[in-house]
Amino acid sequence: MAECHPVGFQWVMEARQRGTKVFHIDPRFSRTSASVDRYLPIRAGSDIVLLGALINHVLSNGLDFREYVLAYTNAATLVNQEFRDTEDLDGLFSGYDEETGRYDPSTWAYEGDMPEEEELTEGGRHHAEAAGSDSYGARGAGASATPPSDPTLTNPRCVYQILKRHYSRYTPEMVEELCGIPPERFRELAEAVTANSGRERTTAWVYSVGWTQHSVGVQYIRAASILQLLLGNMGRPGGGIMALRGHASIQGSTDIPTLFNLLPGYIAMPHAHRHDGLDDYLEREGSDTGWWGNRRAYVVSLLKAWWGDAATEDNDYHFDYLPRLTGDHGHYSTVMGQIDGKVKGYFVVGENPAVGSANGKAQRLGLANLDWLVVRDLVTVETATFWKDAPEIETGELRTEEIGTEVFFMPAATHVEKEGTFTNTQRLLQWREKALDPPEDCRSDLWFYHHLGKRIRQRLGGDAIDRPVTELTWDYPEIGERREPDAEAVLREINGSDADGRPLASLRELKPDGSTSCGCWIYCGVYADGVNQAARRKPHTEQGPAALEWGWAWPANRRILYNRASADPDGRPWSERKKYVYWDAEQGRWVGPDVPDFEEDKAPGYVPPEGAKAQHALAGTDPFIMQSDGRGWLYVPSGLADGPLPTHYEPHESAVRNTLYGQQSNPARRTIDRAENPYNPALSPRFPYVYTTSRLTEHHTTGAMSRPLPYLAELQPEAFCEVSREMAEELGLENGGWATIVTARTAIELRVLVTGRVRPLRVNRRTVHQVIMPYHWGYGGGGVITGDVVNDLGSVVLDPNVYIQESKAGTCDVLPGRRPRGRALLDLVERYRHG
Amino acid sequence: MAEQRMGFFTDTTVCIGCKACEVACKEWNDVPDDGFVFRATSYDNTGSLGASTWRHVAFVEQDGRWLMMSDVCKHCTHAACLDVCPTGALFRTEFDTVVVQPDVCNGCGYCVPACPYGVIDRREDDGRAWKCTLCYDRLRGGMEPACAKACPTKSIQFGPLDELRERAQERVERLHAEGMTDARLYGESPDNGVGGTGAFFLLMDEPETYGLPPDPVVTTRDLPAMWRWAGGAALALAAGVAVCFAGRKP
Repeated sequence: MAECHPVGFQWVMEARQRGTKVFHIDPRFSRTSASVDRYLPIRAGSDIVLLGALINHVLSNGLDFREYVLAYTNAATLVNQEFRDTEDLDGLFSGYDEETGRYDPSTWAYEGDMPEEEELTEGGRHHAEAAGSDSYGARGAGASATPPSDPTLTNPRCVYQILKRHYSRYTPEMVEELCGIPPERFRELAEAVTANSGRERTTAWVYSVGWTQHSVGVQYIRAASILQLLLGNMGRPGGGIMALRGHASIQGSTDIPTLFNLLPGYIAMPHAHRHDGLDDYLEREGSDTGWWGNRRAYVVSLLKAWWGDAATEDNDYHFDYLPRLTGDHGHYSTVMGQIDGKVKGYFVVGENPAVGSANGKAQRLGLANLDWLVVRDLVTVETATFWKDAPEIETGELRTEEIGTEVFFMPAATHVEKEGTFTNTQRLLQWREKALDPPEDCRSDLWFYHHLGKRIRQRLGGDAIDRPVTELTWDYPEIGERREPDAEAVLREINGSDADGRPLASLRELKPDGSTSCGCWIYCGVYADGVNQAARRKPHTEQGPAALEWGWAWPANRRILYNRASADPDGRPWSERKKYVYWDAEQGRWVGPDVPDFEEDKAPGYVPPEGAKAQHALAGTDPFIMQSDGRGWLYVPSGLADGPLPTHYEPHESAVRNTLYGQQSNPARRTIDRAENPYNPALSPRFPYVYTTSRLTEHHTTGAMSRPLPYLAELQPEAFCEVSREMAEELGLENGGWATIVTARTAIELRVLVTGRVRPLRVNRRTVHQVIMPYHWGYGGGGVITGDVVNDLGSVVLDPNVYIQESKAGTCDVLPGRRPRGRALLDLVERYRHG
Repeated sequence: MAEQRMGFFTDTTVCIGCKACEVACKEWNDVPDDGFVFRATSYDNTGSLGASTWRHVAFVEQDGRWLMMSDVCKHCTHAACLDVCPTGALFRTEFDTVVVQPDVCNGCGYCVPACPYGVIDRREDDGRAWKCTLCYDRLRGGMEPACAKACPTKSIQFGPLDELRERAQERVERLHAEGMTDARLYGESPDNGVGGTGAFFLLMDEPETYGLPPDPVVTTRDLPAMWRWAGGAALALAAGVAVCFAGRKP
């Protein structure tokens, strides 16, 4: 966090000065490790063992926050009899199909809650095929508001007992064996986490892509969620799980997504073959209980925002105008489609996949096989110049004169040259003004898409097939000579308005009958009262502890999500020290420093009537209001492609055997078995070293925003790897010299930094060396410094839920000295593939 | 002096090595880059303070510990660079800081060996001497120096020197009470060899560990005595000569 988020880390430093104990768990000793109380080195790719052992520590010692767990989680819920755990099937859950490598999740459902088999099988396939798990709060299919339960937590089929059994072999000894963390260090961590949880205290977890970029990435986060729910650390001040994002406004780009499978506000993208019309889509996608029960209002309001008066009840609000999924349209399948000649054109905006995505060679082979490519960036990034300076030109795999791709480089405005919002990791929208006009032809993304849209619309005729574009509401006011669209007008559209055009104040005003429009239901209220709420900047010294008048947080300006859980089932604060949102019986409403993430006047004693829908189906004691049962899910009955409980699987390319199960790696992981994407065999002696990629404070991602700047470039001028003294000695690597890193994909050369900060780990009773590689360098990019591309080493193997690549844990070989040039480089890699 | 003496207190215990100070300093003062050299010395690739690096973050790797310290010109009470400057390019400001005027500096370089910390240096291309100005222009505009402004953890604190010394003393006492007995101040004492520095530090190890001289002395300290000795020697010589001549027979 100190390394990549130094400005946010100031608050951790401040908390430390006030007595907070901070642990840092990471394969590399970074600037964060230097600034905390205790650093725990861990083998890359083994975190679920550690988290599972913490869960086991809590359960086997009875350290869970029992009142919280009973009232607010699904611990007591009974799971159906057909369910089989990984303990029964040596690393597989029930429902696995060897042939397809996919799960049928129907046996994971709650007891008596198993819907029609066909529906669930289809649901499972849908999740697996189109990364459906992050839509609709992971959906609620297969989970009713009041499933059968056992409040004594003794029934072997209740979630609590299933959990206990599932993690019973995740012991401190196993942590030592697989993570390389000694038992005394584990004990210290376990004691600190449990001692700092409960009524009086809370513990927070902070993670970033070191947890997500794995073939079991989603389950890493799930494991932390289970621990936090068991300890009562969700929905309470000082608790939670913080996802540190990799770029400015990455949170914003999932809220109003650049993801293929989502519409704004985590609404599922319709599927071509699953959904006939709006009614059918709404019926199949999501549960009727919990807040998603209102999804018709959100979807209809979105359609009204996009197609305005053309969207009417008679035409299903033009639900038919929405694009449809036919399967996986994620980044990596798009790249493979380019190589196969199926994808002809490509927009790359503020991204540099030729350097930043796994298996850079496959990326560039895809780029080289396009008809046209549009790159919008601040500098001519490697993705725009691959045709003349890619490593494949040097090796002869590509020849400039044979590349037919027409590249259009569109210079972009920087963040100070345009206005708009950033949404940060705590869902806070902050408006920023433009400081100056962009130079010359540089333009904002808003300008680009607005005018591109206008030009496309001009060219289209009146054909029915063009109507989804010609009937779009595309009437943003233009400002000044450059005809810059008014960014606030866009924010107003996102906020939404009623039938009279008045800005809506809250998402509760959204209607399913077409009388409201809203571009993103969770952002509704950001323009309440016709005021840009994201632009508020009242200093924290002039307002309450939640700082509700600084910017605006979705939803409804709530700063801590699910904060109903900060009070006990009766609505009283869990403790004076952790008092936050609580029930005021006299006023008959929830009060506190934050906006309650609950219906303000729903009493703790509210019991839903039979057949109630949406939020009305949830009791006054159900804080997790987006879930169909209002509970925090320790166990996930549906919505995940690789199992209801996080399970340790080794990375696809691992140097270590999985000693917990016969199943070595995530059985549902997505591999792409093609010549462009060869894999290192697991446990291969040819690739004995574990590597992980990383970032440095001095650079930003692929270096496009830092390598061209001399003041940043001079601070970390060359691509390097960090290795331990022991490994350097073993291989004859010299500090300041060169090393060649080899995988089945390619070999690259890096300068060597020998450091005592990297230590060999004892794993499975043998020494495992880890190589740490910052990935900020590339072959061009308008930079004053260049270097080999670290992500060229990586393979494309994906988490089955969200299709993120496993770039944080791989294997490699390391040779002293520089890599071969030209054809000789290919020969070297070829020898490794077949040697 | 019209103003209070202003200075820096750099608390290395909260430095996270982000180098925002180095970058902010260069941005504000228009200092050129210092070359693109991979030094393989931890995360330090600018090496030391110099003509084109006015803030420098040192990275010291020890067993289980990684020390970071943002070094800067000390703005000494007794500043040798200023003493030896023949052109008056170096001067003491109303904030009691020491600043070079680039339009006056003739590049003679006397100041370079005079600095007991090795801070001030000449730039190869223009020959003139450069160093931290404690953002003299910003101070005159009522703003804090760029490095202090950019520091996210308040490792670099700017203010009236008296207040900073007081704050630093409290901080050291607190660290000692928390068991961090290695904590010590460096440069704050008016009794040291340079009469106290306007930029002082809270360190967690010996000054040498960070590349700082343990007991710096203003290099011009002995100048008056040297002149006295030289003068005495000259007089003695003259007297001797006179005696020689006086003793001659007519």
